[in-house]
Amino acid sequence: MSRNVRLGLFAAAGAMLAALLVWGFTGLPAFGDFQGEYGWILNDVAGHERHVTNVVASVVFDYRGFDTLGEEFILFAAAIGVALLLREARDDRERPRDEVRSDAVRAVGLMLVGPTVVVGLYLVAHGYLTPGGGFQGGVAVAAGVVLLYAAGRYRAYSAASPHGLVELAEGAGAGAYAAVGVAALFAGGLFLENVVELGTRGTLASGGTIPILNAAAGLEVTAAVVLLLHEFLEEVMYPA
Amino acid sequence: MTLLPYLLAAWLFLVGLYGVVTSRHLVHLVICLSVMQSATYVLLLAIGYRSGKKAPIFTAGVPVKVGAVDPVVQALTLTDVVVSVTGVALLLALVVEIWKRAGTVDPDRLRRKEL
Repeated sequence: MSRNVRLGLFAAAGAMLAALLVWGFTGLPAFGDFQGEYGWILNDVAGHERHVTNVVASVVFDYRGFDTLGEEFILFAAAIGVALLLREARDDRERPRDEVRSDAVRAVGLMLVGPTVVVGLYLVAHGYLTPGGGFQGGVAVAAGVVLLYAAGRYRAYSAASPHGLVELAEGAGAGAYAAVGVAALFAGGLFLENVVELGTRGTLASGGTIPILNAAAGLEVTAAVVLLLHEFLEEVMYPA
Repeated sequence: MTLLPYLLAAWLFLVGLYGVVTSRHLVHLVICLSVMQSATYVLLLAIGYRSGKKAPIFTAGVPVKVGAVDPVVQALTLTDVVVSVTGVALLLALVVEIWKRAGTVDPDRLRRKEL
């Protein structure tokens, strides 16, 4: 199909799709006036039912925790998929040519590694109290590790996150989430039911299984992001 | 103008689709796909918004009676973002493979036999 034909088709189909979307949107609740009952109820009950202050976290790791189990496995499968597609026998004895030459970039970048990891861990740890959580914080922790490459050397990144350890952490994160669900069965509850002591609202020891699932998600996300970047970076560092 | 946030979602979706249709580079195409997916974040968050309400986080001193925006769509958006990232990672890995096998990442130049 030539470019012009394709553009013509897009113009016609896009105009129709745009008209359909606008027509559909006029039937939605007016902006700022959403009356979905589910959200109102959760905002009211999450605090005393689950002893958490961040209602979104209670939805992610409890009320819709089963949904998040699927999400964890999507992330796990994608990371493994990328590793399968890209991993080859490579000669890592060759020296990768990736050293950062600017002293300013090196100094500032490497100084930020520690603070970035700490901020990430803080986001994970307080995910059910304040904005944040395992998914968001996990990406921040991984960003701290990636700074080792961005401001330093690939070798440093590689040494700080050995393949075996990262893969173990990835599997452990996804596995721990499912294990918490199964543990609830043995405790006499339903799969992923919150059966642990709920603790004091507003402290780190609150939320029952929410902090455990949150930490599992944090571990899984950190490991998956680090693993994904490993695979892509090796592609550049050691071209086949 | 209460329709504006929804129209932003429609615009993001269409502009991303335009990029996909006219793309000359597979990496560009994958990024356009993630622009299209961003439309779903905007739509979800726009639907769950309640005028004058804040984030659904009730720390000490914030009474539950104050109310907040819908927490469910926010949780769904989180899932949406994660799925988008994993999709982009897998697609980019496929692009790397295509580059190795076909020597080009221009969708118009790819031929079946090269793959």
